[in-house]
Amino acid sequence: MATPAIEVNGLSKSFGTQRVLRGVDLSVQAGTVFALLGPNGAGKTTLINILSTLVAPDGGTATVAGHDVVTAADGVRAAISLTGQSAAVDEVLTGEENLRMMARLSGYSAAGSRQRAQELIERFDLALSLVATPPVIFLDEPTTGLDTRSRQALWDMILALAAQGITILLTTQYLEEADQLADRIALIDDGVVVAEGTPAELKARIGGDVVELRGPDDTVLRELATDGSVHALRAAIDELDAVGVPDAHVSIRKPSLDDVFLALTATTASTAPASHDEHELEVSV
Amino acid sequence: MSTALLPPRAAIPTAVDRAVPALTSTLVFIGRSIRHTLRNVEVLSMAIILPIMLMLLFTYVFGGAIDPGGDYVDYVVPGIILLCAGFGSSSTAVDVADDMSNGIIDRFRTMPLRSDGVIVGHVVASLLRNLFATGVVIGVALLVGFRPTANVAEWLGALGLIALFILAITWLYASIGLAARSAAAASGYGFVLLFLPYLSSAFVPTDTMPEWLQWIADNQPITPIIETIRGLLLGTPIGDRAWWAVGWCLVILVGAAAWGAWQFRRRAGRR
Repeated sequence: MATPAIEVNGLSKSFGTQRVLRGVDLSVQAGTVFALLGPNGAGKTTLINILSTLVAPDGGTATVAGHDVVTAADGVRAAISLTGQSAAVDEVLTGEENLRMMARLSGYSAAGSRQRAQELIERFDLALSLVATPPVIFLDEPTTGLDTRSRQALWDMILALAAQGITILLTTQYLEEADQLADRIALIDDGVVVAEGTPAELKARIGGDVVELRGPDDTVLRELATDGSVHALRAAIDELDAVGVPDAHVSIRKPSLDDVFLALTATTASTAPASHDEHELEVSV
Repeated sequence: MSTALLPPRAAIPTAVDRAVPALTSTLVFIGRSIRHTLRNVEVLSMAIILPIMLMLLFTYVFGGAIDPGGDYVDYVVPGIILLCAGFGSSSTAVDVADDMSNGIIDRFRTMPLRSDGVIVGHVVASLLRNLFATGVVIGVALLVGFRPTANVAEWLGALGLIALFILAITWLYASIGLAARSAAAASGYGFVLLFLPYLSSAFVPTDTMPEWLQWIADNQPITPIIETIRGLLLGTPIGDRAWWAVGWCLVILVGAAAWGAWQFRRRAGRR
């Protein structure tokens, strides 16, 4: 079992004669969302202030990310970030300067803090388009140039918007992005829509399963798309056997949107995106 | 494979060693406060215009009555410089109180860095701002007839004492800003200090005052500081007042810094 990210035992705190916390016990597992629900004056903010090292408790213990909030406050501070009830933003500085300052104070180098600020401004760009929560949103390659975590955050935001009933038309070069986000996908190539459907429908367009030939180091040497029939699978395996790679093995998987993309744009193979893997895919039916 | 086109989904992040050296964070805070100074055009221009107007007022309006010989400008410039420094430093109280009530200091406190550097940032920016304003005041004073007799060493001594005074008074204002409940309150408390130069030898010799007031004026910190600057720039006798001047500045500086450090800890998480 994982160690808890936040562990609170018998925590108490008084301000003067007013006892705000009277022995709080809590345990919050890593990677989970935990809500503290209570009326005004229940001690919610005081508990947050103690856990974020702003205020020392009178009794009991609390650890955050394995660090005691009293004896290892710096360890706690390196592992947390606090968003209070009002926006603690420097209103004299520009948004970008605020971002750069916070990045610099979080241990980024001067150059690194500029870059980090730039990444976050791209998210800000999305916030600008959401000011009025319109019923239809266009996103033109929204995740291009984002780092993994920003991209993930953006994906989650897009899915949350869709869950509110907002219609989203997005363009992307990333097949996985379309697969993850989209209810329906239109594949556009050389100025025409060459295929349209749900991700499942598009995958079904190239038939059943894909047979892969993998080398001893588990790299994919070759793939063959099939219609999923026993005959086609046997033919594919025979063909891969004939390649004659020693210690090679085969595996069978469901087709990906990559396969669809390559199969449907095969006529314009020379303009296939450079980001695609180099191994070839052939359709044998 | 398609999955190879994208990096894998982010795992649970772990805390890395992000502790920021005190020098780096303090420089960031100083840069922040300097930006504040440059953008707060009203405060910056008032810090320069008001002392100039006072100097012109004392030289041309009151000066003739106080000293019909016309040498009053030489007498009054050191006083105007201190008045200017006190006035220019007072906005530090408001800046610090704003930071406290806005919550940004609590944000800094929960980061792995020396968060009291934010006060140092305000103090250093105020020092630079007021040294600049002092330079402007001296420049204007020279234009309206101020004729100092100081050599280079005496100029450096005078500027050093002015800088020390600005540092001490700014730190006092910063601590007032930490103790005040709001920016408006900080501004109010700070106003009391601005009155001190008038009850000193800044504008008239103390022996022209009633006896009880003369005692206050002679024994408050501003008088030895002014007399030392006046002696350095114009060659009037200084005596042991240079020691009193430096001593007062150091006492104010150390006292204000200790009081400020105590307030800074005490006010954590309470807005």
